[in-house]
Amino acid sequence: MMEFRSSLGRVRGLGNSKEGGIGHWWAERLAAVALVPLTLWFVYSAVLMTGADAAQFKAWVGAYGNPVLLILFTIAVYHHGQMALTVIIEDYVHHEAANLIALVLVKLGAFFCATYTIFCIVRLTFGG
Amino acid sequence: MAPGNRPLSPHLQVYRPQITSLLSILHRITGVALVGGALIFTYWISSATYGPEVFAQAQSILGSWFGRLVLLGMTFALYYHLANGIRHMAWDVGWGYEMPKLRLTGWLVVLFSGGMTVLTFAAAYVVAGAK
Ligand code: HEM
Repeated sequence: MMEFRSSLGRVRGLGNSKEGGIGHWWAERLAAVALVPLTLWFVYSAVLMTGADAAQFKAWVGAYGNPVLLILFTIAVYHHGQMALTVIIEDYVHHEAANLIALVLVKLGAFFCATYTIFCIVRLTFGG
Repeated sequence: MAPGNRPLSPHLQVYRPQITSLLSILHRITGVALVGGALIFTYWISSATYGPEVFAQAQSILGSWFGRLVLLGMTFALYYHLANGIRHMAWDVGWGYEMPKLRLTGWLVVLFSGGMTVLTFAAAYVVAGAK
């Protein structure tokens, strides 16, 4: 059979990051860079919340600056996690339908968890 | 060799485990484990929106021996993945590919994550003891 397309032309757009890998790669790294300071801050804070009761916990969530940091942390974690899981699915799940289902579950799941967590942070900050 | 019949990734069964390959797969394992950690984070934050009793229950589950064991694993996974993630991004900009540097930074990552895990847990016990 004659094949006029180049090898690169044939494989372009086949991966899970349809638009081409570079954009996906960048977005995953960008969240990872943001995660370095955010995680260190979070671990420090979580340690201080060891054994805390609900009142102390609410006071911490709502303290100056913390809601924004918590929301940024939530977005960075689920964004980076979701993109990284996409790469792993691409490596191991080759059956096309299973690949699609796994991707949809991961993306929707991450979107849901991030939105729900942010909603809870806002509620703990402003709720009575 | 016929196209389509090429060997693919390193055949793990015939490879002698080395610090480089072990740390590499550990990055993926800790990454997947941390997705579980993210779900625990969401559980922790959300529990407080259901009132003091539900939050107290979450705190006692996380503070039980099993909860502590899981959090110990998560803490190590987080420090390891963070440090090795920085190592990854150094490679991305072209730094650190020489074999001696690969081994050195690999051991540094292991030392850092082990040490920080112990320090973090010690700090958590101090905080809990002061309450
Ligand atoms: C603490 C800061 C973090 C940094 C600096 C970081 C960095 C990275 C980097 C650079 C990669 C790509 C590795 C590669 O090129 O193969 C990666 C992969 C990954 N990360 Fe993170 N990460 C962080 C936190 C997290 C968190 C909190 C999660 C969980 C939601 C997570 C889950 C993953 C997963 C599942 C992978 C895929 C591993 C693979 O493809 O083998 N990471 N991380």
